[in-house]
Amino acid sequence: MIEIDRLTKRHRTRTAVDDLSFTVEPGRVTGFLGPNGAGKSTTMRAVIGLERPTSGRALVHGLPYAELRHPLRQVGALLDARALHGGRTARAHLLGLARGNRIPDRRVDEVLDTVGLTGAADRRAKGFSLGMAQRLGLATALLGDPSVLLLDEPLNGLDPEGIRWIRGLMRGLAAEGRTVLVSSHLMDEMALTADHLVVIGRGRLLADTPAERFVARTGSLEEAFLRLTADASDHRAGKEAR
Amino acid sequence: MADLRAAVAFEWTKIRTVRSTLWCLILCLLVSVLIALLFGWVLRGAYDDMSAEGRARFDPVASGFNGLRLGMICLVVFGVLTITGEYGSGTIRSSLAAVPRRGVFYTAKVLTCTAIALAVSTVVVLATFFTAQTAIGAAHNASITDAGVPRAVVGSVLYMTLLCVFALGLATVLRSPALTLGILVPLFFMVSEILNNIPGVRNAAQFLPDAAGGIIMRREPQAHTILTAWTGMAVLAAWTLAALTAAHLTLKHRDP
Repeated sequence: MIEIDRLTKRHRTRTAVDDLSFTVEPGRVTGFLGPNGAGKSTTMRAVIGLERPTSGRALVHGLPYAELRHPLRQVGALLDARALHGGRTARAHLLGLARGNRIPDRRVDEVLDTVGLTGAADRRAKGFSLGMAQRLGLATALLGDPSVLLLDEPLNGLDPEGIRWIRGLMRGLAAEGRTVLVSSHLMDEMALTADHLVVIGRGRLLADTPAERFVARTGSLEEAFLRLTADASDHRAGKEAR
Repeated sequence: MADLRAAVAFEWTKIRTVRSTLWCLILCLLVSVLIALLFGWVLRGAYDDMSAEGRARFDPVASGFNGLRLGMICLVVFGVLTITGEYGSGTIRSSLAAVPRRGVFYTAKVLTCTAIALAVSTVVVLATFFTAQTAIGAAHNASITDAGVPRAVVGSVLYMTLLCVFALGLATVLRSPALTLGILVPLFFMVSEILNNIPGVRNAAQFLPDAAGGIIMRREPQAHTILTAWTGMAVLAAWTLAALTAAHLTLKHRDP
């Protein structure tokens, strides 16, 4: 379970997250939606302690992330799949993280197998395609068999087979009672995967609702999303012409 | 609460699984020993042609350690890459997700880097010493048991280790390998040397980290220094502590 409690993050000139509160419940896939720059990534980074909130807090199982003794065993995050050391192999990358959190070494091979990277385990990351990096990022998130998963745009760079696989994976993880928060800009995909939706715009909460009810208003998730965020998007092309 | 031992295991795994580590450490040994060999050979031949004054000033230990000054740059690069590799690639974020307590993360990194630097420096300094003294020849060389020599050997190991850790601290604050080395390499090779030869600023220049710590590399103390072997080492230790403190504070107050 993740609790975002009156979270605010102000950078020097702009407010990325503005007094945001919501809760992500276990046992379901929660879709995290918002226009570009809405604050989704900032919020997710704040959950794992990579952003210091200006005010408010983000809690995992009721605790600040930094107080978890072996955090990777409770929270798995895929935030920026490209953040790999080019000279290190996929296996070495995972092995270090495993050792750092006292996760048994055998988990490394298990998660490499889960994400379909066994064949590339000993290749250096600099030769990885975005899809492979994304798979390694997922392996990283799954490494500690965590009860909470944060996935920021996990479908980027994946082929159709990979997208279908991730959909099944996320639903399976939620069915096992885990908390799954996933951001995506692919509305069709979210409509297929998410049980619950949290929509934000300009750092503020716009909707926190079961997916069915959200879609029911307009018949399509995309339409509902565009209507809801019409006034909260900073980057919409040709806004005046609409 | 936090698990420092696991954090050290994490750092050790990260360091040993990139090739640049091995390259830096091997180069450190090769450069130091080869230059020691070269200097030794040259000195063996040149001693007979030296003036009486030159012979009196001749310090086989300091001459033999000349290679360390270049070899140590490789160790400094190792220290710098240990942290800038994380910022450059972005793995700093997965590292801090795994070890979110900044103090624990950084302590583990410093401990691991220090241990490796200490082990490598010990091997490099001993290899350099024996290579140089063998090359200089039995007539004029120093033995490891001579007065002042154990201090110079142990001191040189500490000197190299502390400079590596100092570089790690500075690199953590600056985050860029180019910027850090752009400051350190000229400082080590030119600025200290130049300032030390200008009478007016000499007394201040010997307090620079590399100059202060380097005093101990000689068998006999130099005449015109305020600092001695061990007070110079203490000054370098103070620089190192200051760099690590600044690094810890920036790490704590900066979003990665």
